[in-house]
Amino acid sequence: MSGRADWPAHTVLALGVLLFLVPVWLLLAGSTLDPAAISRGELSMVPDLRNLGVYGTVLTEGAPGVGPVWRMMLVSAGMALAIAFGKIAISILSAYAVTFFRFPLRMVAFWIIFITLMLPVEVRIIPTYSVMSDLHLINTFPGLTIPLIASATATLLFRQTFLAIPDELVEAARMDGAGPWRFLKDILIPVSAANLAALFVILFVYGWNQYLWPLLVATDPSLDTIVIGIVKMIGTETQTEWNKVMAAAVLALLPPILVVVLMQRWFVKGLTEGDK
Amino acid sequence: MATLVIENLRKSFGPVAVLHGVDLALASGEMLVIVGASGCGKSTLLRLVAGLDAPTSGRIVLDGRDVARLDPSARDIAMVFQNYALYPHMSVFDNMAYGLRIRGLAKPDIERRVHEAADILGLRPLLTRKPRQLSGGQRQRVAMGRAIVREPKLFLFDEPLSNLDATLRVQMRAEIRRLQRRMGVTSLYVTHDQVEAMTLGDRLLVLHQGVPVQLATPMEVFGRPANTYVAGFIGAPAMNFLPATLASQGTAARFADGTIQRFADGRRAGADGHKLTIGIRPEHVEFEPGGQNFQVDLVEPLGSETVLIGRLASGQLISVKVAGAGPRDETLMVSFPASAFHVFDGTTGLRIDPVVN
Ligand SMILES: Nc1ncnc2c1ncn2[C@@H]1O[C@H](COP(=O)(O)OP(=O)(O)O)[C@@H](O)[C@H]1O
Ligand SMILES: [Mg+2]
Repeated sequence: MSGRADWPAHTVLALGVLLFLVPVWLLLAGSTLDPAAISRGELSMVPDLRNLGVYGTVLTEGAPGVGPVWRMMLVSAGMALAIAFGKIAISILSAYAVTFFRFPLRMVAFWIIFITLMLPVEVRIIPTYSVMSDLHLINTFPGLTIPLIASATATLLFRQTFLAIPDELVEAARMDGAGPWRFLKDILIPVSAANLAALFVILFVYGWNQYLWPLLVATDPSLDTIVIGIVKMIGTETQTEWNKVMAAAVLALLPPILVVVLMQRWFVKGLTEGDK
Repeated sequence: MATLVIENLRKSFGPVAVLHGVDLALASGEMLVIVGASGCGKSTLLRLVAGLDAPTSGRIVLDGRDVARLDPSARDIAMVFQNYALYPHMSVFDNMAYGLRIRGLAKPDIERRVHEAADILGLRPLLTRKPRQLSGGQRQRVAMGRAIVREPKLFLFDEPLSNLDATLRVQMRAEIRRLQRRMGVTSLYVTHDQVEAMTLGDRLLVLHQGVPVQLATPMEVFGRPANTYVAGFIGAPAMNFLPATLASQGTAARFADGTIQRFADGRRAGADGHKLTIGIRPEHVEFEPGGQNFQVDLVEPLGSETVLIGRLASGQLISVKVAGAGPRDETLMVSFPASAFHVFDGTTGLRIDPVVN
């Protein structure tokens, strides 16, 4: 292809990248500025490298109104991982059941799962809260994560992946003597590795960004997630230290980025090694 | 080494009957080829034997034991699939070793068996590769290897060569035959390709719409086809069929144009005027001055032989196979030697043999 034909595409891409990078850059720069200056609206694009220590401060000490950021990030990471792994485990099993096994009411089960797609967390939040309360799970880590684990979307995605697996592969495994668990472990999961990695990324970010449910179910400060923490930092009574808020926001960006970068290499590998 | 006996095996999918009672008996070490057009139920039959589907009724006896209700893994049968069905994420070695690992063989045994099979199939240098890094022929070998290492009682092949190009197919065909002879494993081989069927089988079973039509050696199926379906299916180009009636107290056939030809091999039972179909293979049609007019429409040179396709004066389409380049004329005179006749009932299509006195 000639360089000439490429320039419109490159221009659009560059604009897109700029659009995404400018706010992040503002965040980075702002985190190193004087909080009083930010409050006055004097947001500079040039970071003040002498103030990088603010990252250490928020990580270990936190900001007015919240505990240290490392702790909140740990809670967030725990929640995001529990949700991602929980969702994947549950949806693989349910997709496995509705795709490969014949049992009574199989399609009914499938449609019930499908219908729950129309009921996101926000819609069922009151009954879910009441159930969690009856189970005495308010202000606990299980209460924070379990209600977010059931996933129709992931089940449907895995079902599609499984349906694309040739019957003969399933039959070859049966001839080789692989029972249902072995088939799941040795064939199905490795063959679906690419989809698994992609889904893990999406679910981790979904879990990391949860706001409404943690806000309701975990009022105990020791269960503050980083997203909740950032909101709490923006105090109403005290003077908000915006540089610390921005530093916390930058730190909050890192784990999702890390997951995307790490898993991307993995699922590209999975994609190219797949034989479809 | 094992014998396989299939008795009155039937399979229906809901109201649709696919197999209408198949009977078979394979001697130990025998290779039986099941041949038939696409959709006639070949794969279904194989899947029943493998245990991947349950028969509607009937018995499958492997080495004296009825296995019809057993799980595939308990039958000691290995199968080679049409699209190979290799595990895409496993190396060639692991593809072959997987079934052995599940059976709990010791590691050294597994390695020995896989290496032996790899040597036989020339896969040694490829053992660490993934299936996607292999050519079609190599994948085919791995699929064979996976069956061989199991050292099963019975091999099942479901059109294993149909995804290969022509040259490779001929080569693998010979290789499969050699391998099967050498290992002496009783085998069922399914194909729609008549050349494969003729060359590979100790015996053939011709299947037509789920009904077994003829079970015999390849030469017998070719030389004495049981009905017009088999006659038309086996042999290329297909046998010519001419409508006729029985004449002269069953000793001759009267053709549509009125000519009467005496049977070379004897009298047929039945009343004169009974409808017949006379079959004659394209290679048996002769050129003879004073014969019937044959208007050539199409010439297909195949190198060592040539196929002429055209019409008789009656409008009937026939093909003629001649050695070499063949005549260039557009109109020829042909005759049908009675010694090459295959006589079939005109209504049922069944072969009518001469009555023995
Ligand atoms: N699982 C099934 N459900 C319904 N019909 C089937 C099923 N499997 C095969 N058939 C039908 O049975 C017939 C024979 O199929 P098959 O054994 O695959 O033919 P072949 O292998 O000879 O081409 C076909 O008409 C096919 O549509
Ligand atoms: Mg088939």
